[in-house]
Order: sequence, then C-alpha cells, then structure tokens
Amino acid sequence: MPKLIVDGKEIEVPAEFTLLQAAELAGAEVPRFCFHERLSIAGNCRMCLVELKGSPKPVASCAWAVKDCRPGPNGEPPVVNTKTPMVKKAREGVMEFLLINHPLDCPICDQGGECDLQDQAMAYGVDKSRYEENKRAVEDKYIGPLVKTIMTRCIHCTRCIRFATEVAGVSELGAIGRGEDMEITTYLEKAMSSELQGNVIDLCPVGALTSKPYAFQARPWELTKTESIDAMDAAGSNIRVDVRGREVQRVMPRLHEDVNEEWISDKSRFIWDGLRTQRLDKPYVRVKGKLVQASWADAFAAIAEKMRATNAKKVGAIVGDLSTTEESFALKKLMDAIGSPNLDCRQDGSVLHPKWGRASYLFNATIAGIEQADGMMIIGANPRKEAPVINARIRKRWRAGNFKVGLIGEKADLTYDYAYLGAGPDTLADFVKHKKAKLQKQIWLIGQGALSRPDGEAILSMFSKSVHSVGGISDGWNGFSVLHTAASRVGALDVGAVPGEGGLTAREMVKAKALDVLFLLGADEIEVESDAFVVYIGTHGDRGAHRADVILPAAAYTEKSGIFVNTEGRPQLAKRAAFAPGDAREDWAILRALSDVIGYKLPWDSLAQLRQQMFAAHPHLAKLDQIVPADSSALAKLSKLGGDAKKTAFKSPVTDFYLTNPIARASAIMAECSRLAAGKLPQAAE
Amino acid sequence: MAVRRLAAEQPKSFSFNKKNEEWAKKQIAKYPEGRQASAVIPLLWQAQKQAGGWLPEVAMRHVADMLGMAHIRVLEVATFYTMFNLEPVGEHFIQVCGTTPCALRGAEDLIKVCKKRIGEQREVSKDGKFSWLEVECLGACVNAPMVQINDDYYEDLTPELLNKLMDNLASGKKVKVGPQVDRQYSAPSGGLTTLKGEEK
Repeated sequence: MPKLIVDGKEIEVPAEFTLLQAAELAGAEVPRFCFHERLSIAGNCRMCLVELKGSPKPVASCAWAVKDCRPGPNGEPPVVNTKTPMVKKAREGVMEFLLINHPLDCPICDQGGECDLQDQAMAYGVDKSRYEENKRAVEDKYIGPLVKTIMTRCIHCTRCIRFATEVAGVSELGAIGRGEDMEITTYLEKAMSSELQGNVIDLCPVGALTSKPYAFQARPWELTKTESIDAMDAAGSNIRVDVRGREVQRVMPRLHEDVNEEWISDKSRFIWDGLRTQRLDKPYVRVKGKLVQASWADAFAAIAEKMRATNAKKVGAIVGDLSTTEESFALKKLMDAIGSPNLDCRQDGSVLHPKWGRASYLFNATIAGIEQADGMMIIGANPRKEAPVINARIRKRWRAGNFKVGLIGEKADLTYDYAYLGAGPDTLADFVKHKKAKLQKQIWLIGQGALSRPDGEAILSMFSKSVHSVGGISDGWNGFSVLHTAASRVGALDVGAVPGEGGLTAREMVKAKALDVLFLLGADEIEVESDAFVVYIGTHGDRGAHRADVILPAAAYTEKSGIFVNTEGRPQLAKRAAFAPGDAREDWAILRALSDVIGYKLPWDSLAQLRQQMFAAHPHLAKLDQIVPADSSALAKLSKLGGDAKKTAFKSPVTDFYLTNPIARASAIMAECSRLAAGKLPQAAE
Repeated sequence: MAVRRLAAEQPKSFSFNKKNEEWAKKQIAKYPEGRQASAVIPLLWQAQKQAGGWLPEVAMRHVADMLGMAHIRVLEVATFYTMFNLEPVGEHFIQVCGTTPCALRGAEDLIKVCKKRIGEQREVSKDGKFSWLEVECLGACVNAPMVQINDDYYEDLTPELLNKLMDNLASGKKVKVGPQVDRQYSAPSGGLTTLKGEEK
C-alpha cells in the first residue's frame, strides 16, 4: 500500500483511497458539502480543498486518488497538508463564494441548528461580506408532498440528484440551466415517485430540501432524541425518534451498516402524524351494539364474564403486525395458561412455521449478505414495496455489476433490471429438479405473496427443493431467504406464537362460529367474520377496533420498549420515545393485568422480568443486534413436504405501500402519498 | 446569459419526419449498445431544425423516449447548451456577438439596428422573419463586429451593411456569407499588404 504524509503524519492507505479518506484516517477533519460516502463523487463544492505538495493549486481531496499523487524528487511519499494557511485561505474563499448567493435566513430556516453550511460557516466563514450586489433568487419547486423546497438556499452540491439516480434508482431530480442559473427540479415539477425520497432531506447540506410535514414544527435543540427501531416493515431500520413534549415531531434514520445503511423509507419517516390521529385513549365496551367509554375495571369485567361463559378451546388470539416480541411471548404464555391452542401471528395466512426450524422463516442470506451475492431470484415479492431499504441494497449490488436477478411473480419496476421468468408456481416448478447453477452465492428471496395462500406449504416445499437443487445453499452460505412484511412476525415465530396441537390458524379463528372469545393484539389486517366476542388491544380506531366488543387502548411502537426481530432474525431493541395518550397502557402491562382478572395471572410484574423469562426460553433474543445463524440442514425436512401447488399467479401482499398498517391509515401524509401514487391527486405547482 | 425557461406556449405533439427518423437511427447506431444516450445532442439538434429553429418540450420527451433516457436528463442537456433555443425564433435568427472585441468595434450599433427593426431580444418580428439575441463571443474577433444568422457567420458589419443584409434576407435574395467587406476570410481588407509576390 502506498505511503502518504498527512499533516506530518505518515500513513499507509490503499491506492484507490481518495485524499479525503486518507486524511480522515490520519485524523484530519476535512469539510465537505457535495461529497457523500454512499454517492458517486461530484467534486463540485470545492470545500474539501487541501494542499498537495508539488501542486501549484489546492486540490479537491474528495476527487483526488492517492494513486494519482506523485512522489517527491527523491521518492519521498506525497505530502498532503490540511491545516496550512494556504488551505485555510482557500476554504475561506470557497465559503465566501458559497455565501454570495445564499440567503441569510437561518432564523426562519428549518435546517437551522443542524445545517452543514451553518456549521462550516462558523468554522471557515468570515464575519462580513464584500458583496454588495443583489443576491440571486430562485423559484421554489414542487417536487411532491413530502419534500419542501426553498431553492434560493441551494448550493448546487447535487447530492439529491445523485441519490435519486443512484440509490433510489428513479431518475427524477435534475439540474437545469447552468452556472449561476442552475436549478434543481424534477421534470416540469412533477412529484417524485420514489419511496425513499425523504432521504434527500437528510442529504441536503443546507435548508433547500426540508421536510414538508415537519415545516416550522420544532427546532432541533428542542427535541428529545430516542434511538429506536422502525416497525413499518420487517427490515428493522434503525431510527431516531424526535419528540417534543408528548408528540413525535419527526423520525430520522440512524446509521446501521448491516441493515439500513443510512436510509429509511418514506413510510418510516413520515408516519408520525398517524400517531396523533384516530388514537384509542380510553377503554371501550360495546353496549347494545354501540361502543361506550368505560373504565379499565369495567372493560376487564366484561372480558372476565365472557371468559367464564366459555371453555378454553373456544378462546383464541391473533398477534398483529406491529407487536413487539415481548408481547407475543406474553400472549403465548397467557394462551398456554388458559389452555387454548388457538394462537397465531400470521394474520395474512402465511404458512411459515417454527416447526421446520428457524432457517425456514429467516432471510438467511442477511441484508448485508446481498452485497456478496452473485445472483438473486425473487419469488412472489415486490421488495420495492415490501421493504424499500432492502430493495435499495439489492439495487446497490446490481449497480456494482455481475449480478443477475430473476423474477417469478408480478412484473414491477424494481429499479434494477431482471429476467422475468414467469408468474406463478409453474415456473418455480422448473427449478425443483434444475441442475446446479454456476453462481456460488445465490439468494433465493421468497415473499409473503407466495406463502400466504392456501397452497403455501406446497410452494414453500417447492421453493426449498429449488434452492437446494440449484445450489443456493452451500458451506458458509445459505441463500434461502424469506422476506417478511410485518415487523412483529419473526419475533412472534421465534417465541412460537403459532397454533398449538389442534389449534386454529388466524384464518380459521375468524370464521363464523369458530370461537367465542377472540383477542386481537393489534391485528387489523384480518376481517373477523364470526360473531365471537372480540377484545381488541391496540392503538388506532381501525378495522380491529371497529369490530371489537371491548377495546383496550395500547401503546404504539414509539411509546413502548420492546424487541423487534427483523426479517434476517436480528433482534433489536426499540426504546420508548413518548408516552401513550390518555389511559392507554403498554401492551405487556395490559396483558399482565388482564391475565390477573381472568384468573390466569402471568408470572411477572415488570417488563424486565418478562424479558428475563423470554430470554431464558429463547436465548438468541438476548443477543441484541446479532444474528444467530439458523441451521440450514433443517430445511431438508421442508423439501420433503411436497404437496400440490395451484397455478394461480403470485401477488405481492402490499398493494398500497403507503397504507399497510393502522398507523399509516390514520396518517394524513400517507393518505396524500397514496392518492398521489394512485394518480388520484391533481398535481400542480403551488 | 439569462435564465433559460421553456416557452409558455408549446405544440401538442412532435415526432421526427421520415427522413430525420432514418438519420436519427444512423446516429444512434454509432454508439455501442447501452450507450445510446450519447446521441442526445445530435438528435436534439435535428429536432430543433425540424421544429423551426427551437426545441419544444414534446420534442425533448420524444428524444428521451427514443434513447431510453429519463426526461429530466434530456431537459438538463437542453437547458445547459445555449445552442438549443427553448422559445420560438424568427425564420432568420440573429445572434449578435456583444463581447469585448465586437463591442469595441461597434456591436452596440448593430444591437440598435436589431432593436429598431425587430424589437426586444427574444421577440419574434411581426412577419415572423426575424428574432435576435445578444450572445457571448462567437470566436470571430478578427472580423468584429459580427453576427450569426442561423448556421452562418456575417462579419465586418456596420449598421448599414446589417440593414442591407436583413433587407436581402427578408426578400429572399441570395446573400454573401462571411466578411461583408472586400476581404477574404480574415485576410487584410483592400488586398494583401505583405507577401505580395515571389521572393526575389
């Protein structure tokens, strides 16, 4: 590796490193606006100028590779200085140029307090201006309901354009005009269509692109920031929830290289207004066909009365998509205590089951593993809608080249090229006895669209056979990958929240006359057809609450501490950022109180005790942020399952990306996005 | 250079005529598979010629779709290069060089002529024959002042010569391209001053 002297310190770095990376390794701080680790190099802001010995002018360190540096006359390593007066003067000059046309509207700018330009102007700017002419003014652009533009503030770093084109894979943003008149816009101010567009807000180093829903809501220093985990999809994106007072003001991504890098989907980011509306903040009991506000005691009494009137076999419970693993565990223990085998977390009718081993329901290849893969087969899934962050990772791998993608299922714009092989199980059957493929590290991704149908088990078995015969599983590599859509699902499967011996599945429980009492733990994606007594424990006045006979108000994912296990099987701890509204309580506490009233007291008095028992029963859940690799040999059992698959085509379970859960359905922002995506919203410049 | 914007009034449709379509296919074929976007400038140029000297928005979309490019990418190119006119121009589009050498040699007088005969910059004359624009250096400083009308340079102009030139263009008479005084290209006017004969 070539040697380099940075600020008098000799370091050894790979030849393909840029001077900026080398300088950072050496501990020098280099300011930048246009450079971003995950985007291509533009080199247009000039803020990262450094002195390179031998070069008459300062050079842009972000765009200058170490291998392009010439050695000294006697073969000495190249010398880079980042702190000399020349560098300081050069950066001051660049800053002065940037500020010529930048408005001084920090007091009314939403970026104020977390603005790269503001921070760097403090470090490199001068306290007066030599510029007496008028500043440039630029018209604001409409680029959708999520991103607000104040284009006069734009410093033309082009990060947003590069993000949209490279990471999101939707070439919608561009720079029209040139020089001073360059302007960032979409084509004729059409709204952006990417489901990752919110990330341009974070990328924008100034206040040109800010969050429209968050506009003028709060200042960054007023917010209490809580590091948590997203529950909108099963990717388990790391988020930071910013709260002022009681209310969530915004959601931001957190860096996690193995999960979401630093992106989150728009649903994760803009869901927060749904946390304020349609909330259940009081217990309700249905009296003469009408839901009436009640006290906790009355609500519990109503449940206890119904429980006394029935037997264990006629009681059932369904775990919803947003529940934490602790809640699933608590509900499982409660159902065990009652003696009912009727418990299910698969309200979509999925056939995944822990009895075939943990490998049978995990994304075994892992999200970071996508980058090592050399091929991918997508079956019955639309990753762009089901897990946009994972789709961005697939696109990243595809952009790196030598990566083939095949698709069996619904045709869709996935932002990368794929070979379309077929629509349904017929095509998958071709691979059951296929010869081994040359690719060493294949990923076989199967979505819930293929598994949540009546013939799901046959398809799962066919899938397993195919993965084995084509060579998706080898030493040190397990390409058997299930893409989940529900944040709670893997955790619930881990704790065994599935029907016991002779128990009914979720789909069977809701059938007429199946049960007398049905507990819905935030399960809103299933229609209860029977006339059973329904106890809904949840957060929003959605489908479940409308059908309920007793409503027990609970806490949303930002209002409770709990473990979410993502689709890879990575347990991550979500922390409480705010308190639930009104009389609402955390779900585990509701279950604990309920268990006491109905006479099956659960053996814990705090969340810590509950967690302790859960960890004792399922030790892998205690290893936070670690993936315990699942045993792939258990999959052989699955291959032997057999069964007949119907010919019907696979369909993605996510028909409307913006409205997949009760919080999203309560959100006005998501509703607007949904209407826009469906072409029902007239688009016009403001 | 002013902020360049799309014209307010736009034609409803655009597609290459048969001859241009053939031509465009040949241009596209010059580039290797997957690099078709490289043909964007020649295609836009041809579209501009076909559309009467300016580039309507539908033409940009047409070219983008032909090359499999995102619409915004073509708009970026079309708004970047000043050779693409985003608004309608006259049949004879006069670009007056106003940069220093031409300005010193009387470009301002040429601009006055244009203003008087045509009107303000970027306005098309009532008969549709002319429009004009002040541009930066066109690289013919030796023959300053000069204008470019459509594809040709007209050099060594005076207000009188420009008036006459415009009269001739308007009436469809043949005009001389290049220097409008008695010199060849940028050779001295009034004949050679040195190198007059064989070395003695």
